[in-house]
Amino acid sequence: MAAGPAPPPGRLRAQMPHLRKMERVVVSMQDPDQGVKMRSQRLLVTVIPHAVTGSDVVQWLAQKFCVSEEEALHLGAVLVQHGYIYPLRDPRSLMLRPDETPYRFQTPYFWTSTLWPAAELDYAIYLAKKNIRKRGTLVDYEKDCYDRLHKKINHAWDLVLMQAREQLRAAKQRRKGDRLVIACQEQTYWLVNRPPPGAPNVLEQGPGRGSCAASRVLMTKSADFYKREIEYFRKALGRTRVKSSICLEAYLSFCGQRGPHDPLVSGCLPSNPWISDDDAYWVMNAPTVAAPTKLRVERWGFSFRELLEDPVGRAHFMDFLGKEFSGENLSFWEACEELRYGAQAQVPTLVDAVYEQFLAPGAARWVNIDSRTMEQTLEGLHQPHRYVLDDAQLHIYMLMKKDSYPRFLKSDMYKGLLAEAGIPLGTKRRVFPFMWRPRHSSPSPALLPTPVEPTAACGLGGGDGVA
Amino acid sequence: MATEGLHENETLASLKSEAEVGGSLEPRRLRLQRGTDYGLVLPVHQVAERVEALGQFVMKTRRTLKGHGNKVLCMDWCKDKRRIVSSSQVCHEHAVTMPCTWVMACAYAPSGCAIACGGLDNKCSVYPLTFDKNENMAAKKKSVAMHTNYLSACSFTNSDMQILTASGDGTCALWDVESGQLLQSFHGHGADVLCLDLAPSETGNTFVSGGCDKKAMVWDMRSGQCVQAFETHESDINSVRYYPSGDAFASGSDDATCRLYDLRADREVAIYSKESIIFGASSVDFSLSGRLLFAGYNDYTINVWDVLKGSRVSILFGHENRVSTLRVSPDGTAFCSGSWDHTLRVRGMVFCFPVCERREDG
Repeated sequence: MAAGPAPPPGRLRAQMPHLRKMERVVVSMQDPDQGVKMRSQRLLVTVIPHAVTGSDVVQWLAQKFCVSEEEALHLGAVLVQHGYIYPLRDPRSLMLRPDETPYRFQTPYFWTSTLWPAAELDYAIYLAKKNIRKRGTLVDYEKDCYDRLHKKINHAWDLVLMQAREQLRAAKQRRKGDRLVIACQEQTYWLVNRPPPGAPNVLEQGPGRGSCAASRVLMTKSADFYKREIEYFRKALGRTRVKSSICLEAYLSFCGQRGPHDPLVSGCLPSNPWISDDDAYWVMNAPTVAAPTKLRVERWGFSFRELLEDPVGRAHFMDFLGKEFSGENLSFWEACEELRYGAQAQVPTLVDAVYEQFLAPGAARWVNIDSRTMEQTLEGLHQPHRYVLDDAQLHIYMLMKKDSYPRFLKSDMYKGLLAEAGIPLGTKRRVFPFMWRPRHSSPSPALLPTPVEPTAACGLGGGDGVA
Repeated sequence: MATEGLHENETLASLKSEAEVGGSLEPRRLRLQRGTDYGLVLPVHQVAERVEALGQFVMKTRRTLKGHGNKVLCMDWCKDKRRIVSSSQVCHEHAVTMPCTWVMACAYAPSGCAIACGGLDNKCSVYPLTFDKNENMAAKKKSVAMHTNYLSACSFTNSDMQILTASGDGTCALWDVESGQLLQSFHGHGADVLCLDLAPSETGNTFVSGGCDKKAMVWDMRSGQCVQAFETHESDINSVRYYPSGDAFASGSDDATCRLYDLRADREVAIYSKESIIFGASSVDFSLSGRLLFAGYNDYTINVWDVLKGSRVSILFGHENRVSTLRVSPDGTAFCSGSWDHTLRVRGMVFCFPVCERREDG
């Protein structure tokens, strides 16, 4: 019962790169020198060669990939779930036990990527064999499948039974050990390709995707198409590229600056609401709050965009502009944003409104744009569209950013806000001590955290300790 | 008319050859994008030593949401930082012959008053949210986007009134919600487009998309043109997400790697991979400062990467099937992962061991 169409055979390996990678791992696990230690496993009266224990598998994976045992166990479990390693005892559950449980490596004939998709006829033959061997007492879901297949392939059922009997007869000729192994291998293959109800179907893919090879995208190679291509190549070839070292410096300073503001890296005060189940942090940092926290006010100084994106910050900036008699700039910018992201039907109305208020000669809140941009904008207004004010908006934005914004940051108003803003105290300690890494202290050699008071060294204040 | 046709053909041929010249240089330019080409050390390693190592994190699941009876395919946070919308595979129990509908994309509107979703129905529909239990939400549904193949991703722009969609038909499109009008379409991917993300830039004009053609493309929303393209992945790109500064973006792919592409340098600057990670990354997101990259994988795990050092910080277990979607909350206090095991898990950082002599992981 696969959801969505299965990919056609042959494309599987390309579409599922993880299968190839798993196969490579499994092959290196079987290397006579570097691989997992092989041993012979005694099962009742037979001896099966080339078996490995679950714990050896986990150890080998942990060593080879330099990962923890937990991760190695997980990786091993995934290999077993995909049928690349199968348990010798109790082959019905594809689980990896990190103990003396014996496992073997699946023969490449039965690898998922080799025999894909599993053929219904083969499944019918397999079930028929089982049915004959067990004299009609199949497990529930297998019985259902068997009956369903019988109905479906009724016309070829004689062939199915004949094949099943033939395979059983050939199996009897083999040594007991080989017979057992082949039975396990086959059972594993079918557990992977026809999982019992309730078991995860590891082969399930999402809805079918088109790849480059079998593309469903139609590209009409019209003149337009080529013009776009030429334009793209021209831009690409002419683009000035910044040296990656400079870009990386930018990341360093960005991450360094924002680190203390990142709850997942540095925690947050008074506490992370998800951890402590205390809403205080959210209340204190609500979009419109009378007393913004210090971190928040600091962020307004990081970039103009940050200031504008914060409703409280923007409001204060508007106040500041008001004092400088340039409040119309911000209002104009806001109106342009409304136009850009507004409903299509509103475009003509909004454009008119903006013109009346900000651009018309003698307008109530006339904005000071350079004459060339103003001319072009007014020209464009004859055929209004949502981007018609882009140039003017950018001009005003840059004006605010280069001129008003730096003055705002230096202003008494901002400095006052920064001084007023409070740093919340950490909440009462609970079972898990919540630690911040002190910024200027040397790395602690201790492995276990000792509860550390948030001191002034953190730059976070509140040195009186915890409430 | 005949001369017009001829003129067309002439122009077409000359245009085609001109494009071919540009195109012949493209493979070389694309190779220069690769971080590791010509034996160059990956750029991120140049600065890795200068960066202080992060402590050892302990992330714990704080909420497990089990409402879905089926695979969770997509999720999004509301701007109020607390609510989540998620979508799943919907099976109609009555009609056994009907295929299951996969709702592969969902998004919260910025106002928090509506959600958008879509999938195998080739459409993106907007549902206004109501807290009135008597109201039937399905009745108010509005079909906004129409594609010719499945909808893989959708996102509102800065307002409730515009939606950006990505589709299996190889295109992305910008729609006006109220009228359903197509405002702009974006052609250029050679195969299904699987993901998109809007740039957090000042001018708010670009977005990035990733597809089955292994390409990540940056688009100008206004003109519909592709501005930049990156092609270093070896398989489908399942997820793209901008770095918080907007100067770079990360991508997660079926080739089991996540990569960081810088827009100004026009190249790949980091690869986040490990030999033990075999399965594809389905979903990626940054923490608020951009220092951590969370990636959900098809082997049921979540790997947390140190973006600047290029190494893995931690691996998180817990899901019992592939992780299909992962998003950090808007205020960065937690991240939520959705999985085919029918659950969503919200995880936060419980504590962080200080830096000490750590075994180098990766």
